[in-house]
Amino acid sequence: MLKRMTAVLATAGLGLVVAGTAHGQARDQIRIAGSSTVFPFSTLVAENFGKMGKFKTPIVESTGTGGGIKLFCQGVGAQNSDIANASRRMTKAEFEQCQKAGVTAITEVKIGFDGIVVAYKKGGPKIDLTRAQIWQALARQVPVDGKLVANPYKTWNQIDPKLPNLAIEVMGPPPTSGTRDAFVELVMDEGCKKFPVVMALEGQARRQACAQIREDGAFIEAGENDNLIVQRIVSGKPGVLGVFGFSFLEENEDKLSGALVEGVVPNFDNIASGKYPVARSMFFYVKNAHVGVIPGIKEFIAEFTSEKAMGENGYLEKKGLIPLPKAEREKVRGDAANMTALSL
Amino acid sequence: MTDMVANGTLSRGEGRRGVHTTAQADARLRKRYAAELRFKLYGLAAVSVAILALVVLLASILHGGLTAFVSTQIRLDVEFDPKVIDARGGREALLQADWAKIVDAALEAKFPDATSRPARRALSGLVSPGAQQELRNMVIADPSLIGQKRTVWLTASSDVDMFMKGYYERPKPGAPEGGRINERSIGWIDRLVAEGAIEKRFNTRFFTAADSREPELVGVWGGIVGSFYTLLITLALAFPIGVAGAIYLEEFAPKNRFTDLIEVNINNLAAVPSIVYGLLGLAVFINAFGMPRSAPLVGGCVLALMSLPIIIIAGRAALKAVPPSIREAALGVGASKMQMVLHHVLPLAMPGMLTGTILAMAHALGETAPLLMIGMVAFVVDIPTSPLQAATVLPVQIFMWADHPERGFVEKTSAAIIVLLVFLLAMNAVAIYLRKKFERKW
Repeated sequence: MLKRMTAVLATAGLGLVVAGTAHGQARDQIRIAGSSTVFPFSTLVAENFGKMGKFKTPIVESTGTGGGIKLFCQGVGAQNSDIANASRRMTKAEFEQCQKAGVTAITEVKIGFDGIVVAYKKGGPKIDLTRAQIWQALARQVPVDGKLVANPYKTWNQIDPKLPNLAIEVMGPPPTSGTRDAFVELVMDEGCKKFPVVMALEGQARRQACAQIREDGAFIEAGENDNLIVQRIVSGKPGVLGVFGFSFLEENEDKLSGALVEGVVPNFDNIASGKYPVARSMFFYVKNAHVGVIPGIKEFIAEFTSEKAMGENGYLEKKGLIPLPKAEREKVRGDAANMTALSL
Repeated sequence: MTDMVANGTLSRGEGRRGVHTTAQADARLRKRYAAELRFKLYGLAAVSVAILALVVLLASILHGGLTAFVSTQIRLDVEFDPKVIDARGGREALLQADWAKIVDAALEAKFPDATSRPARRALSGLVSPGAQQELRNMVIADPSLIGQKRTVWLTASSDVDMFMKGYYERPKPGAPEGGRINERSIGWIDRLVAEGAIEKRFNTRFFTAADSREPELVGVWGGIVGSFYTLLITLALAFPIGVAGAIYLEEFAPKNRFTDLIEVNINNLAAVPSIVYGLLGLAVFINAFGMPRSAPLVGGCVLALMSLPIIIIAGRAALKAVPPSIREAALGVGASKMQMVLHHVLPLAMPGMLTGTILAMAHALGETAPLLMIGMVAFVVDIPTSPLQAATVLPVQIFMWADHPERGFVEKTSAAIIVLLVFLLAMNAVAIYLRKKFERKW
């Protein structure tokens, strides 16, 4: 027994020694971390890149935009990630953090758009909303007779008689989600601009009045998992709305309809042309210092920006990415190939 | 008791004996019986609710997941056109060849009616992108295929697979175009069905492949291998340390405030939420020791920390169950304390320790939260070949698939849960077997 135990201990010890030597060794695999919105696209490119057989398939982590950029900005060296995925632009603070850690040259690559839709179970009355109406339905406090009061609206037709007589019930992501951030930025912050009472507020008060979502049960936080929201809407009663990424609507077109926002149908063409207002850009950031150290980074960027990936009818489009306009794609491709360093 | 019942119920009239024979006493007795019956029913109801929940869970997982063990295949006559595949360039050229063209040509030969651009795009959507790899691997294995024509079975796309399994409804005639599958594709599928050129076959890929972005190409093997390496490290670290800790605390440690403190802490550690261990792993193993991110080595270390308290507690209980007479007898014939422990006490306590260890391992197998922090929640396509390579584990695979928008991932998620449950059941069965086989009663 003693001998056996010594053997096991020795094996464990050996394992730790091996781990120690592995540290500092160069990696032969690209490491990517970041936004869960970019994750489906990044992984698909990674998979196809790996299938070409020249390089190993990159490892892609879904940590959220902030988490991914934090890992990216930890410094230069094989233990840090090479690429950060982001569903928004890198902020100035993050950029400075990167500079401080020695990550000075960063290439920004814009890959396309992602729409956020407000969708409902197929078969219900057609819903056409403005951002101001969505804000009125979901904000914690809304102006009534020139004063901000706790949101009194229970049904849509109380906001506007033209809207259907349906209870306001919206399922959406929790505040930790990037989709929620984008929804607040693109819908709530825009919607509240229509109300002079809110615009009269200053600074933090105005920001809160715009962005705070009611907590009296009309808005249901349905968890990070967009599939869960889809399932709950499909199996729930008609008239319940859900907020999620466009690709989930596209994947479930037979069960869901997208609400019109400002009279625009959330479909591929309208998001691509910029007509549909609730859309955001997606990016990834490359650490220039790792190019040539970690094999395959340049080739990976070339694959990602190639026409067969992010172009029209490219394989990313089939997964729900909305491509950039042609001229912009060409510019992005050129900048990415030259590794033009970002400056903020 | 029975007497009283008999008295209470049978003799209501004249001949009553004893004190507890009044009408009030009867009422009290009935009340007590009713209370006991209710108490039993509450227990029964609790057990029924638990069983019902389990049955509903298993039924819904099996219902949703069993279809993933078959995959739809399409039979096509493929021409390995030497104009597209250049054999002279060796393996490199074969990898780079335009395999999509070969697949599309085979589909267009089968359905010449698809002439417009959208029709041809829909046509190439019948077959999975994985079909290109299937053909490529065939040619790499046997380059003499180039220039020949062969009948091959290729994996259908997820949309076709979902339609064949009945997850998509057939659109009504005249319904607007759109949706994942339209009338035109269904027409093609119907023709394939009529010819017997489309079949559901056992999905071997699900047990040999790793992660993919195409639901029809995913497999759990990558997750199983990752889980194996992770648990191997966990076992190698947690078992010896846990057993040594348990032996010291139970057999050697003096009883004082310091050992009391240690004991309280071990019990507390067993209840610490697992994500905390993940944070610890990130700070210590990755940031301080510089171990590789996403590696089973780090995952194993973190899970070892997490299972240590459980193993120590189970080990101490097993040692406590060995009667003191064994120890006294060993010491009495002149064994040293170490001989007493290693020759007599430990072998008798081992079955209990192993049971505790296996249950701790089963617990570790199902963990995702501590692995989030150390980067094991990642898209990993290459199957790891050592504990130092990036890997993911089975429960993480389930967690990630549940998040994908593609409909095909729903059944794959359930199927992966079935695989995980089978592993958990197997481990628990081993634990029960060990306990039954080596258990001793004094």
